[in-house]
Amino acid sequence: MVTAQAWDVAASVPDPEVPVVTIEDLGILRSVDVDESGAVQVAITPTYSGCPAMDTIRADLHAAFGQAGYDDVRVDFVLAPAWTTDWLTPEGRRKLEEFGIAPPTRRPEPGGVVPLTLSVRCPQCGSPDTRELSRFGSTSCKSLWACNVCREPFDHFKAH
Amino acid sequence: MSPTSDRLLTVADGCLVLSHRLSEWMSNAPTVEEDIALGNIALDLLGQARSLLSYAGSLGDPVRTEDDLAYFRDERDFRNVQLVERPWGRDRPDFAVAMARLLVLSCYLHALYSALVTSTDETVAAVAAKAVKEVDYHRDHASMWVVRLGDGTDESRDRIQAALGEEWRYVDELFDGSFVPPSLLASGVAVDPSMLRPAFDARVGAVLAEATLAVPEVIPAVTGGRRGVHTQQMGFLLAEMQHLTRSHPGATW
Repeated sequence: MVTAQAWDVAASVPDPEVPVVTIEDLGILRSVDVDESGAVQVAITPTYSGCPAMDTIRADLHAAFGQAGYDDVRVDFVLAPAWTTDWLTPEGRRKLEEFGIAPPTRRPEPGGVVPLTLSVRCPQCGSPDTRELSRFGSTSCKSLWACNVCREPFDHFKAH
Repeated sequence: MSPTSDRLLTVADGCLVLSHRLSEWMSNAPTVEEDIALGNIALDLLGQARSLLSYAGSLGDPVRTEDDLAYFRDERDFRNVQLVERPWGRDRPDFAVAMARLLVLSCYLHALYSALVTSTDETVAAVAAKAVKEVDYHRDHASMWVVRLGDGTDESRDRIQAALGEEWRYVDELFDGSFVPPSLLASGVAVDPSMLRPAFDARVGAVLAEATLAVPEVIPAVTGGRRGVHTQQMGFLLAEMQHLTRSHPGATW
Protein backbone atom coordinates (compact mmCIF):
# COMPACT_ATOMS: atom_id res chain seq x y z
CA MET A 1 0.00 0.00 0.00
CA VAL A 2 2.72 2.43 1.06
CA THR A 3 4.83 1.34 -1.89
CA ALA A 4 1.91 1.89 -4.27
CA GLN A 5 1.50 5.45 -3.00
CA ALA A 6 5.22 6.10 -3.38
CA TRP A 7 5.08 4.71 -6.93
CA ASP A 8 2.34 7.24 -7.74
CA VAL A 9 4.51 10.08 -6.43
CA ALA A 10 7.46 8.99 -8.60
CA ALA A 11 5.21 8.30 -11.59
CA SER A 12 3.88 11.86 -11.53
CA VAL A 13 7.31 13.34 -12.36
CA PRO A 14 7.35 14.67 -15.95
CA ASP A 15 10.23 14.13 -18.34
CA PRO A 16 12.27 17.38 -18.39
CA GLU A 17 12.72 17.30 -22.20
CA VAL A 18 9.18 16.24 -23.13
CA PRO A 19 7.04 17.41 -20.21
CA VAL A 20 3.79 15.99 -21.61
CA VAL A 21 4.97 12.48 -20.73
CA THR A 22 5.94 11.23 -17.29
CA ILE A 23 8.98 9.14 -16.48
CA GLU A 24 6.54 6.25 -16.01
CA ASP A 25 5.11 6.73 -19.52
CA LEU A 26 8.64 6.59 -20.95
CA GLY A 27 9.62 3.45 -19.05
CA ILE A 28 12.46 5.29 -17.29
CA LEU A 29 11.01 4.56 -13.83
CA ARG A 30 12.08 1.00 -13.00
CA SER A 31 11.22 0.46 -9.34
CA VAL A 32 10.07 2.17 -6.15
CA ASP A 33 10.54 0.51 -2.75
CA VAL A 34 9.62 1.72 0.70
CA ASP A 35 11.16 -0.06 3.70
CA GLU A 36 9.72 -0.35 7.24
CA SER A 37 11.40 2.87 8.39
CA GLY A 38 9.72 4.78 5.54
CA ALA A 39 12.91 5.19 3.48
CA VAL A 40 12.22 5.31 -0.24
CA GLN A 41 14.49 3.83 -2.87
CA VAL A 42 13.81 4.72 -6.50
CA ALA A 43 15.56 3.21 -9.52
CA ILE A 44 15.57 4.98 -12.89
CA THR A 45 17.35 4.06 -16.13
CA PRO A 46 18.68 6.40 -18.83
CA THR A 47 17.25 6.27 -22.35
CA TYR A 48 20.75 6.79 -23.81
CA SER A 49 24.10 6.54 -21.96
CA GLY A 50 24.70 10.26 -22.31
CA CYS A 51 21.17 11.41 -21.48
CA PRO A 52 21.73 14.81 -19.82
CA ALA A 53 18.28 14.78 -18.21
CA MET A 54 19.14 12.15 -15.58
CA ASP A 55 20.41 14.59 -12.95
CA THR A 56 17.33 16.81 -13.43
CA ILE A 57 15.03 13.80 -13.08
CA ARG A 58 16.80 12.83 -9.87
CA ALA A 59 16.33 16.36 -8.49
CA ASP A 60 12.68 16.40 -9.60
CA LEU A 61 12.08 13.07 -7.84
CA HIS A 62 13.57 14.43 -4.61
CA ALA A 63 11.33 17.51 -4.88
CA ALA A 64 8.19 15.43 -5.58
CA PHE A 65 8.83 13.12 -2.64
CA GLY A 66 9.65 16.08 -0.39
CA GLN A 67 6.27 17.65 -1.19
CA ALA A 68 4.52 14.34 -0.54
CA GLY A 69 6.07 14.18 2.92
CA TYR A 70 8.84 11.65 2.37
CA ASP A 71 12.20 12.92 3.59
CA ASP A 72 14.45 9.85 3.28
CA VAL A 73 14.73 9.24 -0.47
CA ARG A 74 17.48 7.66 -2.52
CA VAL A 75 17.50 7.70 -6.34
CA ASP A 76 19.74 5.14 -8.08
CA PHE A 77 20.63 4.89 -11.77
CA VAL A 78 20.47 1.37 -13.17
CA LEU A 79 21.79 0.29 -16.57
CA ALA A 80 20.57 -3.30 -16.87
CA PRO A 81 18.37 -4.31 -18.51
CA ALA A 82 19.01 -1.62 -21.13
CA TRP A 83 16.12 0.76 -21.78
CA THR A 84 14.12 0.16 -24.94
CA THR A 85 11.27 2.03 -26.61
CA ASP A 86 9.22 -1.17 -26.10
CA TRP A 87 8.77 0.09 -22.53
CA LEU A 88 6.84 3.16 -23.62
CA THR A 89 3.30 2.77 -22.36
CA PRO A 90 0.35 3.04 -24.81
CA GLU A 91 -0.60 6.19 -22.88
CA GLY A 92 2.93 7.54 -23.41
CA ARG A 93 2.77 6.85 -27.14
CA ARG A 94 -0.57 8.65 -27.40
CA LYS A 95 0.71 11.70 -25.50
CA LEU A 96 3.85 11.90 -27.64
CA GLU A 97 1.80 11.94 -30.81
CA GLU A 98 -0.53 14.61 -29.45
CA PHE A 99 2.52 16.70 -28.57
CA GLY A 100 3.75 16.47 -32.18
CA ILE A 101 6.37 13.72 -31.79
CA ALA A 102 5.86 10.61 -33.91
CA PRO A 103 6.08 7.61 -31.56
CA PRO A 104 8.65 4.86 -32.26
CA THR A 105 7.96 2.17 -34.83
CA ARG A 106 8.34 -1.51 -33.94
CA ARG A 107 11.87 -2.58 -33.08
CA PRO A 108 13.43 -5.46 -35.02
CA GLU A 109 13.91 -8.60 -32.92
CA PRO A 110 17.65 -9.22 -32.40
CA GLY A 111 18.59 -12.02 -34.79
CA GLY A 112 14.96 -12.50 -35.72
CA VAL A 113 12.83 -11.44 -38.62
CA VAL A 114 13.36 -7.81 -39.50
CA PRO A 115 9.93 -6.20 -39.89
CA LEU A 116 9.26 -4.09 -42.96
CA THR A 117 10.05 -0.51 -42.12
CA LEU A 118 6.62 1.05 -42.11
CA SER A 119 6.65 4.73 -42.83
CA VAL A 120 6.54 7.17 -39.95
CA ARG A 121 3.17 8.89 -39.86
CA CYS A 122 3.16 12.70 -39.66
CA PRO A 123 1.89 13.68 -36.19
CA GLN A 124 0.42 16.94 -37.56
CA CYS A 125 -1.66 15.78 -40.56
CA GLY A 126 -1.50 11.99 -40.27
CA SER A 127 0.01 11.41 -43.71
CA PRO A 128 2.34 8.41 -44.12
CA ASP A 129 4.19 10.31 -46.91
CA THR A 130 7.17 11.53 -44.85
CA ARG A 131 10.96 11.56 -45.13
CA GLU A 132 13.89 11.43 -42.72
CA LEU A 133 15.98 14.62 -42.70
CA SER A 134 18.54 13.53 -40.13
CA ARG A 135 19.08 10.38 -38.10
CA PHE A 136 19.98 12.59 -35.14
CA GLY A 137 17.51 15.13 -33.76
CA SER A 138 17.19 17.66 -30.96
CA THR A 139 17.86 14.99 -28.31
CA SER A 140 19.59 11.60 -28.46
CA CYS A 141 16.28 9.75 -28.48
CA LYS A 142 14.80 11.55 -31.50
CA SER A 143 15.41 11.85 -35.25
CA LEU A 144 14.31 14.72 -37.48
CA TRP A 145 11.65 14.16 -40.15
CA ALA A 146 9.54 16.22 -42.54
CA CYS A 147 6.10 15.62 -44.00
CA ASN A 148 5.81 15.70 -47.81
CA VAL A 149 2.12 16.61 -47.62
CA CYS A 150 1.75 19.33 -44.97
CA ARG A 151 5.46 20.30 -45.33
CA GLU A 152 5.93 20.54 -41.58
CA PRO A 153 9.08 19.20 -39.92
CA PHE A 154 8.60 16.94 -36.88
CA ASP A 155 10.52 14.85 -34.37
CA HIS A 156 10.34 11.07 -34.40
CA PHE A 157 11.09 9.09 -31.25
CA LYS A 158 13.66 6.56 -32.53
CA ALA A 159 12.94 2.85 -32.10
CA HIS A 160 15.72 1.76 -29.77
CA MET B 1 44.87 0.19 -10.22
CA SER B 2 43.36 -3.27 -10.48
CA PRO B 3 43.73 -5.13 -13.81
CA THR B 4 39.99 -4.70 -14.49
CA SER B 5 40.16 -1.00 -13.72
CA ASP B 6 43.18 -0.52 -15.99
CA ARG B 7 41.52 -2.41 -18.83
CA LEU B 8 38.31 -0.38 -18.38
CA LEU B 9 40.32 2.81 -18.76
CA THR B 10 41.52 1.81 -22.24
CA VAL B 11 37.88 1.81 -23.39
CA ALA B 12 36.69 4.70 -21.19
CA ASP B 13 39.56 7.01 -22.16
CA GLY B 14 39.03 6.19 -25.83
CA CYS B 15 35.37 7.21 -25.61
CA LEU B 16 36.18 10.33 -23.57
CA VAL B 17 38.92 11.63 -25.88
CA LEU B 18 36.97 10.82 -29.05
CA SER B 19 33.94 12.58 -27.57
CA HIS B 20 36.03 15.67 -26.85
CA ARG B 21 37.49 15.69 -30.37
CA LEU B 22 34.03 15.24 -31.92
CA SER B 23 32.70 18.19 -29.93
CA GLU B 24 35.12 20.38 -31.92
CA TRP B 25 32.77 19.89 -34.89
CA MET B 26 29.92 21.69 -33.16
CA SER B 27 29.22 24.75 -35.38
CA ASN B 28 31.98 23.66 -37.80
CA ALA B 29 30.30 20.76 -39.66
CA PRO B 30 29.10 21.21 -43.28
CA THR B 31 25.42 21.53 -42.25
CA VAL B 32 23.54 22.26 -39.05
CA GLU B 33 22.05 18.73 -39.11
CA GLU B 34 25.60 17.39 -39.09
CA ASP B 35 26.54 19.64 -36.16
CA ILE B 36 23.67 18.07 -34.26
CA ALA B 37 24.49 14.53 -35.39
CA LEU B 38 28.13 14.79 -34.31
CA GLY B 39 27.06 16.45 -31.06
CA ASN B 40 24.68 13.56 -30.40
CA ILE B 41 27.38 11.01 -31.15
CA ALA B 42 29.81 12.84 -28.87
CA LEU B 43 27.18 12.82 -26.13
CA ASP B 44 26.61 9.06 -26.44
CA LEU B 45 30.36 8.46 -26.19
CA LEU B 46 30.62 10.78 -23.20
CA GLY B 47 27.85 8.81 -21.48
CA GLN B 48 29.67 5.55 -22.14
CA ALA B 49 32.91 7.07 -20.85
CA ARG B 50 31.19 8.30 -17.68
CA SER B 51 29.72 4.87 -16.88
CA LEU B 52 33.06 3.17 -17.45
CA LEU B 53 35.14 5.81 -15.62
CA SER B 54 32.79 5.73 -12.61
CA TYR B 55 33.08 1.96 -12.45
CA ALA B 56 36.86 1.94 -12.98
CA GLY B 57 37.26 4.55 -10.25
CA SER B 58 35.08 2.58 -7.82
CA LEU B 59 37.38 -0.45 -8.12
CA GLY B 60 40.55 1.46 -7.22
CA ASP B 61 42.12 2.11 -3.84
CA PRO B 62 41.64 4.93 -3.07
CA VAL B 63 38.27 5.15 -4.78
CA ARG B 64 38.20 7.89 -7.43
CA THR B 65 35.26 9.61 -9.10
CA GLU B 66 34.68 9.98 -12.84
CA ASP B 67 35.78 13.61 -12.55
CA ASP B 68 38.99 12.68 -10.70
CA LEU B 69 39.87 10.37 -13.56
CA ALA B 70 38.81 12.65 -16.42
CA TYR B 71 40.22 15.92 -15.14
CA PHE B 72 43.05 15.15 -12.74
CA ARG B 73 45.14 12.58 -14.55
CA ASP B 74 48.10 13.58 -16.70
CA GLU B 75 48.89 12.51 -20.23
CA ARG B 76 50.93 9.43 -19.36
CA ASP B 77 48.06 8.05 -17.25
CA PHE B 78 45.58 8.09 -20.15
CA ARG B 79 45.12 4.66 -21.76
CA ASN B 80 43.35 5.57 -25.03
CA VAL B 81 44.62 4.50 -28.45
CA GLN B 82 46.33 7.24 -30.45
CA LEU B 83 43.72 7.29 -33.23
CA VAL B 84 41.15 9.10 -31.05
CA GLU B 85 43.48 11.95 -30.07
CA ARG B 86 44.62 12.92 -33.57
CA PRO B 87 43.45 16.30 -34.87
CA TRP B 88 40.89 16.33 -37.69
CA GLY B 89 43.38 17.25 -40.39
CA ARG B 90 46.89 18.59 -40.87
CA ASP B 91 46.17 22.25 -41.52
CA ARG B 92 42.45 22.56 -40.94
CA PRO B 93 39.58 20.26 -39.90
CA ASP B 94 38.59 17.95 -42.78
CA PHE B 95 35.13 16.40 -42.67
CA ALA B 96 36.44 13.43 -44.68
CA VAL B 97 38.88 12.66 -41.85
CA ALA B 98 36.02 12.80 -39.36
CA MET B 99 33.90 10.31 -41.33
CA ALA B 100 36.85 7.98 -42.02
CA ARG B 101 37.71 7.91 -38.31
CA LEU B 102 34.12 7.56 -37.19
CA LEU B 103 33.67 4.59 -39.54
CA VAL B 104 36.79 2.87 -38.20
CA LEU B 105 36.01 3.52 -34.55
CA SER B 106 32.28 2.82 -34.66
CA CYS B 107 32.92 -0.52 -36.40
CA TYR B 108 35.59 -1.32 -33.80
CA LEU B 109 33.41 -0.27 -30.86
CA HIS B 110 30.43 -2.17 -32.24
CA ALA B 111 32.50 -5.37 -32.41
CA LEU B 112 33.94 -4.71 -28.93
CA TYR B 113 30.63 -3.96 -27.19
CA SER B 114 28.92 -6.88 -28.97
CA ALA B 115 31.53 -9.18 -27.42
CA LEU B 116 31.40 -7.50 -23.98
CA VAL B 117 27.63 -8.01 -23.71
CA THR B 118 28.51 -11.49 -22.41
CA SER B 119 31.29 -10.30 -20.08
CA THR B 120 31.26 -12.10 -16.73
CA ASP B 121 31.46 -8.66 -15.09
CA GLU B 122 27.84 -7.55 -14.71
CA THR B 123 28.53 -3.82 -14.90
CA VAL B 124 30.69 -4.17 -18.00
CA ALA B 125 27.98 -6.31 -19.62
CA ALA B 126 25.28 -3.73 -18.74
CA VAL B 127 27.25 -0.79 -20.16
CA ALA B 128 28.02 -2.79 -23.31
CA ALA B 129 24.38 -3.82 -23.85
CA LYS B 130 23.36 -0.18 -23.77
CA ALA B 131 26.31 1.16 -25.77
CA VAL B 132 26.09 -1.36 -28.61
CA LYS B 133 22.70 0.06 -29.64
CA GLU B 134 24.17 3.57 -29.66
CA VAL B 135 27.31 2.83 -31.70
CA ASP B 136 25.09 1.01 -34.19
CA TYR B 137 23.62 4.42 -35.08
CA HIS B 138 27.10 5.96 -35.26
CA ARG B 139 28.27 3.21 -37.59
CA ASP B 140 25.23 3.69 -39.77
CA HIS B 141 25.82 7.43 -39.96
CA ALA B 142 29.53 7.10 -40.84
CA SER B 143 28.79 4.39 -43.41
CA MET B 144 26.26 6.56 -45.25
CA TRP B 145 28.71 9.46 -45.40
CA VAL B 146 31.69 7.35 -46.52
CA VAL B 147 29.58 5.88 -49.34
CA ARG B 148 28.37 9.34 -50.34
CA LEU B 149 31.88 10.83 -50.31
CA GLY B 150 33.60 7.84 -51.95
CA ASP B 151 31.02 7.43 -54.68
CA GLY B 152 30.68 11.20 -55.05
CA THR B 153 32.76 13.83 -56.86
CA ASP B 154 36.46 13.58 -57.73
CA GLU B 155 37.20 15.99 -54.88
CA SER B 156 35.19 14.12 -52.23
CA ARG B 157 36.57 10.78 -53.39
CA ASP B 158 40.20 11.94 -53.29
CA ARG B 159 39.74 13.40 -49.83
CA ILE B 160 38.02 10.40 -48.24
CA GLN B 161 40.57 8.00 -49.77
CA ALA B 162 43.45 10.16 -48.51
CA ALA B 163 41.80 10.42 -45.08
CA LEU B 164 41.39 6.65 -44.87
CA GLY B 165 45.07 6.22 -45.71
CA GLU B 166 46.12 8.51 -42.86
CA GLU B 167 43.73 6.96 -40.34
CA TRP B 168 44.61 3.42 -41.33
CA ARG B 169 48.15 3.72 -39.93
CA TYR B 170 46.54 3.71 -36.48
CA VAL B 171 44.09 0.83 -37.02
CA ASP B 172 46.40 -2.02 -35.97
CA GLU B 173 46.73 -0.51 -32.49
CA LEU B 174 42.99 -1.08 -31.91
CA PHE B 175 43.43 -4.84 -32.26
CA ASP B 176 46.67 -5.25 -30.32
CA GLY B 177 45.79 -7.68 -27.53
CA SER B 178 49.20 -7.67 -25.86
CA PHE B 179 48.16 -5.23 -23.13
CA VAL B 180 45.20 -7.30 -21.85
CA PRO B 181 46.10 -9.30 -18.73
CA PRO B 182 45.61 -13.04 -19.45
CA SER B 183 43.75 -13.38 -16.13
CA LEU B 184 40.95 -11.11 -17.42
CA LEU B 185 40.59 -13.16 -20.59
CA ALA B 186 40.50 -16.41 -18.62
CA SER B 187 37.81 -15.09 -16.26
CA GLY B 188 35.71 -13.82 -19.15
CA VAL B 189 35.72 -10.19 -17.96
CA ALA B 190 37.60 -8.83 -20.99
CA VAL B 191 37.87 -9.87 -24.63
CA ASP B 192 41.00 -10.20 -26.74
CA PRO B 193 40.82 -7.29 -29.23
CA SER B 194 42.59 -9.35 -31.90
CA MET B 195 39.49 -11.57 -32.01
CA LEU B 196 37.43 -8.57 -33.15
CA ARG B 197 39.43 -8.01 -36.34
CA PRO B 198 37.48 -10.34 -38.69
CA ALA B 199 34.13 -8.68 -37.90
CA PHE B 200 35.73 -5.26 -38.31
CA ASP B 201 37.39 -6.13 -41.63
CA ALA B 202 34.16 -7.59 -43.00
CA ARG B 203 32.06 -4.57 -42.10
CA VAL B 204 34.52 -1.85 -43.11
CA GLY B 205 35.39 -3.81 -46.27
CA ALA B 206 31.71 -3.93 -47.29
CA VAL B 207 31.26 -0.18 -46.76
CA LEU B 208 34.45 0.68 -48.68
CA ALA B 209 33.40 -1.62 -51.54
CA GLU B 210 30.03 0.11 -51.77
CA ALA B 211 31.83 3.45 -51.68
CA THR B 212 34.13 2.27 -54.54
CA LEU B 213 37.10 2.94 -52.26
CA ALA B 214 40.21 0.81 -51.74
CA VAL B 215 41.17 -0.66 -48.37
CA PRO B 216 44.39 1.26 -47.62
CA GLU B 217 47.72 -0.54 -47.59
CA VAL B 218 49.99 1.45 -45.34
CA ILE B 219 52.84 0.92 -42.90
CA PRO B 220 51.36 1.06 -39.36
CA ALA B 221 52.41 3.94 -37.14
CA VAL B 222 54.53 3.31 -34.05
CA THR B 223 51.97 3.64 -31.28
CA GLY B 224 51.58 2.97 -27.58
CA GLY B 225 48.49 4.77 -26.36
CA ARG B 226 47.40 1.96 -24.05
CA ARG B 227 50.78 2.16 -22.31
CA GLY B 228 50.34 5.93 -21.90
CA VAL B 229 52.54 6.92 -24.85
CA HIS B 230 50.69 9.59 -26.79
CA THR B 231 51.16 11.91 -29.76
CA GLN B 232 52.14 15.55 -29.40
CA GLN B 233 48.51 16.66 -29.85
CA MET B 234 47.31 14.83 -26.73
CA GLY B 235 48.80 17.42 -24.37
CA PHE B 236 47.00 20.28 -26.13
CA LEU B 237 43.74 18.32 -26.06
CA LEU B 238 44.02 17.66 -22.33
CA ALA B 239 44.95 21.28 -21.63
CA GLU B 240 41.70 22.41 -23.21
CA MET B 241 39.59 19.64 -21.67
CA GLN B 242 40.99 19.93 -18.14
CA HIS B 243 41.99 23.53 -17.58
CA LEU B 244 38.66 24.82 -16.25
CA THR B 245 38.29 22.10 -13.62
CA ARG B 246 41.94 22.42 -12.60
CA SER B 247 41.70 26.20 -12.32
CA HIS B 248 38.57 25.95 -10.17
CA PRO B 249 38.77 22.60 -8.35
CA GLY B 250 35.49 21.51 -6.79
CA ALA B 251 33.42 24.12 -8.66
CA THR B 252 29.86 23.09 -9.45
CA TRP B 253 27.17 24.65 -11.61
